[in-house]
Amino acid sequence: MTIKRRLSEGVFDIINYFILLLLVLITLYPFLYILFASLSDPLKVLQRGSLLLWPEGFNTGAYKMVFKNPMILTGYKNTIIYVVAGTAINILMTSFGAYVLSRKDLYGRRFFMFMIAFTMFFSGGLIPLYLLINQLNMVNTVWAIIIPSAISTWNLIVMRTSFEAIPDSMFESAKIDGGNDFTILFRIILPLSMPIVAVMILFYSVGQWNSWFGAMIYLRERELYPLQLILREILITNSVDSMTAGLGGDIEPIAENIKYATVMIATVPILMVYPFLQKYFVKGVMIGAIKE
Amino acid sequence: MGKTPNRNSRGCYPGEVPCRSFLKKQWMKSKYVYIMAIPVMLYYLLFYYEPMYGALIAFKNFSPAEGIWGSAWVGLKHFETFFSSYYFERLIMNTLLINIYGVIFSFPAPIILALLLNEVKNKAYKKMVQTDSYLPHFVSLVVIVGMILEFTSKDGLVNDIIAMLGMQRVSFMTKPEWFRTIYIASDIWQGVGWGSIIYLAALANIDPQLYEASKIDGAGRWKQMLHITLPGLAPTVIILLILRIGSLMSVGYEKIILMYNPAIYDTADVISTFVYRKGIQEMSYSYSTAIGLFNSVINFILVVSANFISRKTSETSLW
Repeated sequence: MTIKRRLSEGVFDIINYFILLLLVLITLYPFLYILFASLSDPLKVLQRGSLLLWPEGFNTGAYKMVFKNPMILTGYKNTIIYVVAGTAINILMTSFGAYVLSRKDLYGRRFFMFMIAFTMFFSGGLIPLYLLINQLNMVNTVWAIIIPSAISTWNLIVMRTSFEAIPDSMFESAKIDGGNDFTILFRIILPLSMPIVAVMILFYSVGQWNSWFGAMIYLRERELYPLQLILREILITNSVDSMTAGLGGDIEPIAENIKYATVMIATVPILMVYPFLQKYFVKGVMIGAIKE
Repeated sequence: MGKTPNRNSRGCYPGEVPCRSFLKKQWMKSKYVYIMAIPVMLYYLLFYYEPMYGALIAFKNFSPAEGIWGSAWVGLKHFETFFSSYYFERLIMNTLLINIYGVIFSFPAPIILALLLNEVKNKAYKKMVQTDSYLPHFVSLVVIVGMILEFTSKDGLVNDIIAMLGMQRVSFMTKPEWFRTIYIASDIWQGVGWGSIIYLAALANIDPQLYEASKIDGAGRWKQMLHITLPGLAPTVIILLILRIGSLMSVGYEKIILMYNPAIYDTADVISTFVYRKGIQEMSYSYSTAIGLFNSVINFILVVSANFISRKTSETSLW
């Protein structure tokens, strides 16, 4: 290798490391900024008007105010219920579907597959679905949140791909031992597929945790609102009034601080579990990427 | 009993389609699999196929009291209203432009990131960058948009930086000309890391022997990238590009509904958000269903033709 080439590759490496470092900073800084701002003295942040590299004056008042808001706690409670119940239904239905599609000798399998895959390419649209949910009397109930999203077709196909990788001899020996398909699924296939089941639980529960649109159009009663809808009120439709009422004076800076604290409270749970789950997420994408 | 015709190898009488004894045998063999399929098929029939039938109201004047079938037919009236409305051109342009900018800017970003990561030799550094870049993918849209609105406000972080550089503060979210930039930039910020996973997987599948051989032939890293890495990545890129082009006329409504406000409808309002406003907020069910159906049909045609073209030209296709 010539010296010139080695030099130019060295320069490339340095630039490359620098670009990636910049990417890391751009990704993380917004979260850090919100963390610092939420812990700062609200007036000082406003006056400073520049990059925050550390909290300006320490103040946890905003967090206290957010936790005093009963809707945040109700939202948290509702979200946990929706995530647990929803994910249980998701996993049950998705493994049923995946098992059916993975039985290669099943008569009608191609028909089932077509019927399911077609929905990825064509849909009746938002409004007919909305009218259907209304007609089924699901509006303003938990069911409107967890039933229409019972299966994600993409996840179903990922799970089927993983089930198909299990050798046929496993099925045959279980059949000879007198097991029916339900016992084969629950006693053999699912325990053998724990990594993919973990991925599915993670995908579905994160999806459910983050979802808000269904709740917005199907739920009327605030007592049923999941956390994301409460967050939407605070962060986007700007109704911090309920929390700042009676404070008097210039509430604008405090309202800003409440928003920052709310973002932190809603995001920290995911940030905490994220490093431990990361490798499973990646695995799920890889299995999905296998082309049939 | 008269003469019995001979059964064929499946145990069927000639001309009996479908053949009962064959079906019976299949049922006996896979009874429980079919029982398992029932809830899944009911789910798809109810929540995917019933709405396709429900889309018939696009050709009717739907009234909830008379139901889907009972409402009066009006033919293509709603489609004509939409095509001749002031909003038609704006919605089509906005939907297309967001996607075209997406293909130009958001689509290549993860490919570039994967290529850069591929050149990093230090495993720990690579891992750190990856872990970090996936993170925003898991933060909820509500929080992401909350952050966007906060940062782009008059006294937000972005404006603080602009002011530090000695320029005028901009009220981004009231200026239609800024919407697409903010939408695309935040999309890249949130998705670039997650999007790179699939390309990194493709890169990991390239035979290391190719690199060894090229090194012996005297190829430097630039030549290796050009002649080994990029060709190895091409099939994945093509597949994902087909998918992307297949969705050239669809933009998800969730992020835009959270982001936009009437002041920026000029650039921010797309077909799906218009359907939401007309249908759910203003309750013009038939009209909004017609717009949605029009969009669904175009999307379907786009995916099918993108796939067809790709299969003809490169032997890479979705199905």
